[in-house]
Amino acid sequence: MLSQQITTLIDKELKKYPADQRQSAVMAALRFVQDEKGWIASADMADVAAYLGMPQMAVYEVATFYHMYNLKPMGKHTLTVCTNLSCQLCGSGDTLDHLNKRLGIGLGEVTPDGKYGLREGECMGACVDAPLLTINNKKMCGRLTSEKIDQILAELDKQ
Amino acid sequence: MNAPIILNTQHFDQPWTLENYLKVGGYQALRKVLTEKMSPDAIIAEVKASGLRGRGGAGFPTGLKWSFMPRNYQGEKYLVCNSDEGEPGTCKDRDILRYNPHMLIEGMAIAAYCMAVKTGYNYVHGEVFECYERMEAACEEARKAGYLGKNILGFDFEFDLHNHMGYGAYVCGEETALLESIEGKKGQPRFKPPFPASFGLYGKPTTINNTETFASIPYIIREGGKKFADIGVPNSGGVKLFSVSGHVNKPGNFEVPMGTPFRKLLEMAGGVRNGHKLKAVIPGGSSMPVLPGEIMMEVNMDYDALQKAGSYLGSGAIIVMDETTCMVKALERLSYFYHEESCGQCTPCREGTGWLYRIVHRIEHGEGRPEDLDLLLDLCNNIAGRTICALGDAAAWPVQGMLKHYRNEFEYHIEHKRCLV
Repeated sequence: MLSQQITTLIDKELKKYPADQRQSAVMAALRFVQDEKGWIASADMADVAAYLGMPQMAVYEVATFYHMYNLKPMGKHTLTVCTNLSCQLCGSGDTLDHLNKRLGIGLGEVTPDGKYGLREGECMGACVDAPLLTINNKKMCGRLTSEKIDQILAELDKQ
Repeated sequence: MNAPIILNTQHFDQPWTLENYLKVGGYQALRKVLTEKMSPDAIIAEVKASGLRGRGGAGFPTGLKWSFMPRNYQGEKYLVCNSDEGEPGTCKDRDILRYNPHMLIEGMAIAAYCMAVKTGYNYVHGEVFECYERMEAACEEARKAGYLGKNILGFDFEFDLHNHMGYGAYVCGEETALLESIEGKKGQPRFKPPFPASFGLYGKPTTINNTETFASIPYIIREGGKKFADIGVPNSGGVKLFSVSGHVNKPGNFEVPMGTPFRKLLEMAGGVRNGHKLKAVIPGGSSMPVLPGEIMMEVNMDYDALQKAGSYLGSGAIIVMDETTCMVKALERLSYFYHEESCGQCTPCREGTGWLYRIVHRIEHGEGRPEDLDLLLDLCNNIAGRTICALGDAAAWPVQGMLKHYRNEFEYHIEHKRCLV
């Protein structure tokens, strides 16, 4: 079942599109599920399909096509590090090394306490702030250094 | 430097507010269009006179594109802004979205008036959530102040704009993939024709322009197309935002006239980092062929000059690489990107991008074979031009550019199993 909070958000999103185009809200709907649960299970996809009146398969196609959806639990704070060229030139390799060392996990993994997950991202469209990462697809942190990463982790540790 | 035209609210503490946008002449162009009841032909004529070409990368003349929309079509038509900025190196639209959202809204409202469209969508790159939120707030602000919605500024003109957030798919920057995405599907490009002007969003006539393209419109209408054109050089009218990233001391976005020498932009970005020597530059986003530094230092940043030099202006994203850069490693990352982002629809791209990546990967890791370089070029010839969308070309061009100018580095890698640099 989708929570009341999620259906309220989806209803708001649906107002953007023609009444007979409910499927247009599927990307947002999956995003709301992920924001609430941290990841999207097949059962959630089925719920979204039922709510929007579209085939479950079509929801699955969308969930698996776009990279930012978590199709497995990715921790309370999913850190996605861009490693594309501008970031690579500016040291995203060091960023990843530092995160590996601090969190003890590699890409696609989650810390045993479920607090952090680490993902690799493709170009985030903020190359002048390289190297950079996003937190739960919401907040972007750029011009990363080891010190700055430590600060970010210290902040997140408090939450 | 002249006062900025696109990022003209930067001097305010809160550049994104309606209040500040109005202080720099915001919404005057829309008011002018409505007050003077400018005809669609007159608006298109100004846009054509401005020399404005699509700022997303393809450089298609904007005025011409607008003229493709059917005039007498009865029924819904759509206007779409492509803010799905994910071409590596490119981050100029992000500054428009977060610092000058009302300029985009005004540009789209003028375009909507011109093409008699009532509904617009702005497709925002998924990774820049803060920009999406900023746009949502700006649209709400514009609605309340009467710049969006029904009876805009008291005239018989209706237009509303909605933001649609992407969620991580480079290919959605391709206009028909973007339309599929708004429709709630996988972002797989459509075969063209039919073009979006006849069969676009929900099968209705649709015009799609890039964020920076729309943001250029208010100035063109307010000051006249000729004035905009005169800022640039022939065939490349106006100003352009260039994102300079990579090995420079002060990476950033710079708004300069078209035709500005690369040398000048490099200087604005603080020069090559740590006093290193310039090695190579990708001048228009990662899909465009790389050029050696010595060629770039003599090139002006406009469509014709870059094409003459063997590359393209693309999105205006300049990736600077200094002498410490291994070109094999750089290409390996780009090839991985295109492989990862191929939508899988066309065999040459789906399979070919994987081949490209695996071959460059083995060269980088000391397992390259002497015949690999010819194999790479052969693959490129079997991908480029053989796919529904331009992602195939985008995957092939970096490989071809690298092998044209840095073949020796790849040969060295194969022979010695390590970097030349």
